[in-house]
Amino acid sequence: MHRSSEVKHVASYLNTRGCECFGQPCESHCPVLTDRTIHVQLKTFIKIRVKPDRTGVVTDGVKHSMNPFCEIAVEEAIKLKEKKLVKEVVAVSCGPQQVQETIRTALAMGADRGIHVEVSGKDYETLGPLQVSKIFAALAKKEQADLIILGKQAIDDDCNQTGQITAALLDWPQGTFASEMTLEADKLKVVREVDGGLETIKINLPAVVTADLRLNTPRYATLPNIMKAKKKKIANVKPADLGVDVCSRLEVLKVDEPPQRQAGVKVETVDDLVGKLKEAGRV
Amino acid sequence: MAALFKAQRALGMAVGHGIRCLSQLAELPELHQMMRQTCRDYAQKELAPIAAQLDKDHKFPAKQVQELGAMGVMAVEVPESLGGAGMDYLAYCLAVEELSRGCASTGVIVSVNNSLYLGPILKFGTEEQKKQWITPFTTGEKVGCFALSEPGNGSDAGAASTLAHQEGDEWVLNGTKAWITNCWDASATVVFATTDKSLKHKGISAFLVPMPHPGLSLGKKEDKLGIRASSTANIILEDCRIPLGNMLGDRGMGFKIAMQTLDSGRLGIAAQALGIAQAALDCAADYAHKRTAFGAPIGKLQAIQFKLADMALAIESARLLTWRAAMLRDAKKPFTKEAAMAKLGASEAATFVSHQAIQVLGGMGYVTDMPAERHYRDARITEIYEGTSEIQRLVIANKILKEYQQ
Repeated sequence: MHRSSEVKHVASYLNTRGCECFGQPCESHCPVLTDRTIHVQLKTFIKIRVKPDRTGVVTDGVKHSMNPFCEIAVEEAIKLKEKKLVKEVVAVSCGPQQVQETIRTALAMGADRGIHVEVSGKDYETLGPLQVSKIFAALAKKEQADLIILGKQAIDDDCNQTGQITAALLDWPQGTFASEMTLEADKLKVVREVDGGLETIKINLPAVVTADLRLNTPRYATLPNIMKAKKKKIANVKPADLGVDVCSRLEVLKVDEPPQRQAGVKVETVDDLVGKLKEAGRV
Repeated sequence: MAALFKAQRALGMAVGHGIRCLSQLAELPELHQMMRQTCRDYAQKELAPIAAQLDKDHKFPAKQVQELGAMGVMAVEVPESLGGAGMDYLAYCLAVEELSRGCASTGVIVSVNNSLYLGPILKFGTEEQKKQWITPFTTGEKVGCFALSEPGNGSDAGAASTLAHQEGDEWVLNGTKAWITNCWDASATVVFATTDKSLKHKGISAFLVPMPHPGLSLGKKEDKLGIRASSTANIILEDCRIPLGNMLGDRGMGFKIAMQTLDSGRLGIAAQALGIAQAALDCAADYAHKRTAFGAPIGKLQAIQFKLADMALAIESARLLTWRAAMLRDAKKPFTKEAAMAKLGASEAATFVSHQAIQVLGGMGYVTDMPAERHYRDARITEIYEGTSEIQRLVIANKILKEYQQ
C-alpha cells in the first residue's frame, strides 16, 4: 500500500473570452486564451517513503510527471482549439524550476504558451489547494480567461478542491467531474460523473471545469510538436506579482505509513466467526 | 615524419570530437529528453503489454505502426517538408531504443523503414523520387524494405547475382533476394541488382520497386527464432519491369549506396539491441528484488550483484558508443568506425545481457510467463543482420590500420 504523497499543485485554466462571436474564430478583438491544468505528482510505481521527521514524504530524486487528470484536461483544451472553438491554450504550473518540464510536455501536446508561477522551498512544501486557487483566480483575471480546465484531483493528495475553490473565488459556475463537455454558443454543457450516475448541466461562461477519467484519451506528443514546443514561450511569474499570499493556513502535524497488514485468523464454523466479530466489537 | 603528423592529427581529431561530445554525453539536450520520454511512455503503455502476443502470433503491429507514424517516429530524419519529423540521428537512435525496449519487432520495423528504406532515398534520390517514394512512407500507412542480401551472398554483398538489363524505356530485374525484413507488409523496396557484371561490385545499381508489382513475388514467411512480429521472406524477381526513372542514384553506384546506408542502419540496429538489453536488465533487476532464496532477496547475493553490474556496464558502454557515433554522423563527421563499434558492442551486449537475465531468473527465465526468454530470442539476430559481428570487426580493423598507415 503506497501512501499518497504531499500535494504539488499546479493549475492551469482554459480561457475563452466571451463575445458575440463566440464559437467562431475571431482574430481582431477577442483573443482567446486557454490554459491547462498541470498537476505534478509522484510516479505511482515508485516506493513512497515517509521522511524521517514525519513531516511528509521523500521527494528528492523522485521523477515527477504530469498528473493524469491534468493530462486529460490539457487534451480537452487542445481538442477545443483544433475544433476552432477557442483561440489559445495556455498551460500554467505552480512550483519550482522542475515544473517547466511539465509545462513543456503540455506545449508539446499542443498548448500555445506556458506560465510558470514560481513557488519553491518551504512555500512549495506547504502549497495547497487554497493558495493555488488564489493564484489561478488572479491569473484568470489578468489573462482575461473565459474557461479554466483542471484535472479533478491530484493523485498525490487526492484533495479534489482546487477547481471548486477557484470557481468560488471568481464567482464563476463550475462543472466538476466532467466526462463530456460541449460548447454551445455561450454556454457549456457538461456531463458530470456523480455517485448516482451521470448528471448533465448547462453553465454560462466564464466557467471552471474539472476533468474526470472518461473525458478523453490524452494524445502522445508527436515529434514535430516536441520540436515546436521548444520555440513556445513560458512566462515567469511570482505569486507576489499576482498579489497572492501563499502562506498556508494548515499545519501538517505528522505523516505516517499505513499500519502494517496484520495476519488473519482462521475459524472453523460460522458461529465462531460471529463470536469473534462480536468480541472485536464489529457486530 | 609524415606518418607521425598524420597520427597526431588523428589523435587531435579524436580528442576534439571527444570534448565537443562530452557535454552531450553527460546529459541529453532537453528536446531529446522529451522525445525519449514520449517514446518510452508509448512503448510502456502500448507495446510492452502486447509484445508477447505479437510474438506468439507472428503478427505485424499495423495499428501501432500507424500510431508511431502519426507521432513522426516512422520518418525521424526526413525533413518536415517531406512529411517527416525533421529531427537528428541521435533522436532517431533514442526512439528506436525506447521502442525496442517495449517490443523488439516494432523496433526493427521502425528502424528498417527509417534507415534502410527512407535513408538511401533521402540521400541519393532526386526531388521527384523523394516526393513519390518518401512522403507516403512517413505516416505509418506504408512501410518500405531493403533488398540487398541474396541466398548466395549476405556478407559478400559485392557478388550480387540479381541482374538488371535495359529494354527500351524499362529496367527488367531478375533474381532472388533473401532475408528481407518487412517485405510481407511493405509497399515499396530498394533493390540492388548488377547492371554490369564485368565491373564486379562497381557494376551494381539500386532500384526503387513498388509492392505489389507484376514480376515481384514474395517467398514464404520465415519462421524465425525471434523478432517474430516482423515479417522476413525472399523477394523473387521474374522479369520485373520498372520505368528507367526508378533507378536510385547513378548506374554503378549501388554498392556505394548500400554501404553508406548500412553504416547508418547499423546504428538503428545498435539502438534496437540496446533496447532489448535494457528490457532484459529491467526484468532481471526487478526479479532480483522480489525473488527470495536463502532467506533474503537474491539481489543481496554477490553472484547476482556481479551479474547485474556486468550487464549494466555492457549496456551503458554500448549506449555511449551509439550516441557518439550518432552525434558524429549528425555533425557530418566520419563515423563508419564508431558505427561498427556501436553495432558490435550493442549486439554482443544484448546477447550477453539477455543470456544472464535468464540465468538470474533461473527456471522462470526459461518459460514464456516471463519476457526474459523472448529477449534472449530477439537479441540473437542483432549479431547477424545489417552486418555480422565478423564484418563489423573487419570494418573496425580496416579503419584502425588506415589510421596507423606507414
